[in-house]
Amino acid sequence: MYKKITGTDAYQEPMLISPSAHFSMGGLWVDYELQSNLPGLFVLGEANFADHGANRLGANSLLQACVDGYFILPHTLMHYLAGETALGARKLAAEERLLQEARARIDLLQNIKGMRTADQFHRALGALLTQKCGLIRERGQLQEGLKEVKELQKSFYEDLFLPETGEGLHMELEKALRVEDYLELAQLIFTDALQREESCGAHFRVEYQTEQGEAARNDAEFQFVSAWESTSEGFQLHREALHFQYMQPQERSYQ
Amino acid sequence: MKLTLKIWRQPNPRAKGTFETYSLEDLNPAMSVPEMLDVLNEQLMAAGKTPIAFDSDCREGICGQCGFVINGDVHSPERGATTCQTHLRSFQSGDTLVLEPFRAKAFPIKKDLCVDRRALDRIIMKGGYISVQTGQAPEANSTRIPLEQAETAFEAAACIGCGACVATCKNASAALFTGAKISHLALLPQGEPEAAKRVQAMVAQMDVEGFGACSMTGACEVVCPQGVSIAHIVRMHAEFWKS
Repeated sequence: MYKKITGTDAYQEPMLISPSAHFSMGGLWVDYELQSNLPGLFVLGEANFADHGANRLGANSLLQACVDGYFILPHTLMHYLAGETALGARKLAAEERLLQEARARIDLLQNIKGMRTADQFHRALGALLTQKCGLIRERGQLQEGLKEVKELQKSFYEDLFLPETGEGLHMELEKALRVEDYLELAQLIFTDALQREESCGAHFRVEYQTEQGEAARNDAEFQFVSAWESTSEGFQLHREALHFQYMQPQERSYQ
Repeated sequence: MKLTLKIWRQPNPRAKGTFETYSLEDLNPAMSVPEMLDVLNEQLMAAGKTPIAFDSDCREGICGQCGFVINGDVHSPERGATTCQTHLRSFQSGDTLVLEPFRAKAFPIKKDLCVDRRALDRIIMKGGYISVQTGQAPEANSTRIPLEQAETAFEAAACIGCGACVATCKNASAALFTGAKISHLALLPQGEPEAAKRVQAMVAQMDVEGFGACSMTGACEVVCPQGVSIAHIVRMHAEFWKS
């Protein structure tokens, strides 16, 4: 696999290794039945927040796919469907309104007629997150980064360029709609990193470390899951306490 | 490095397509082919032209979204690689690359290099699922499967549904894709309840979608980025006669 990607043979030459963003921790909030806060919308696998804790490692995606898809959802979804009437019996009143909202969102982006492509905004956002909210996080940098994401979001709405593509598929519009979402999600990532004044899992704040440079947790104040709700006044935090019955969290140390 | 690209441009499914020529300079040999197209699209947009539509998502060879034909090779001149796992170092500076979409009757062209592969989804919908167990979740060790059988099922399950097998087949047959899906479930006890119904329905759907018949040339196995074996086609036939 390494040879396929880099073209060099790891048996002959040293491997080149660098950290890179792979996952964002967390996902959509779900209850024990994997149902989100929207009735009937079930979220499973990597899209939900449920199983991985503060560090999403490679095998977590497999675990979530297997456990959610094979063991949990077949039972909880059936339970939900048992209480539903046949499809089509209910008219979705919100349907027409949602369609209009989606059209309005697309029109808004298409009417900006600026100079920068969605990819350019995407790359700028990626660099910002990597530099200011990456492996090592610090309060001042996070505050600065959050401000810069907001500025980037502002210039996205002033300077986005979408090419004329005629009818049919519009890949650039699709990208732009995603980047629009990423800009909002990035603000949440910064907000959450600022709020959590401890180090834990993949979240390492320089202010909170042991003498050996290991992550220093603050279980008394932060032993909870941060469930953020998007409201008209911004992100609102709901704390979901974590209870450990059989094993207690310990300090991770590579010493 | 420098490359000349001849790319299939087709604005919509009904329009007549044509090849257009582009030149790119200062390319990094470590770039993947989709990354090269990103660069080209930036340049096209800066010049006020329509960017090239092409599919790609994970760009690490596991999602099955990308894929087009490069100089007659489906996906890649390399074995066992998707288009996104093909890097410019596979070519020489000064080369001309002809890029065209996967061609098959069942894969109508949506735009440029994008094809509609929903025919594969509809084959899955006809039987690529298992019964739901009600009651408590089963104890994992209560269903024992011999290692060899589990591994063979896993090889079949490695299919990412990219459609390269169809694109390379002279009959545009989806036998390797469908064979892998049927084989995967036929080898596991979970797939038993619907085994007979599944193979009948999925094979019938291949014909409905306009895929050709399999004449066992084995070309599909050669281009399959996951190296799915044509032994799964044989198992599909066996399952079909059993049903």
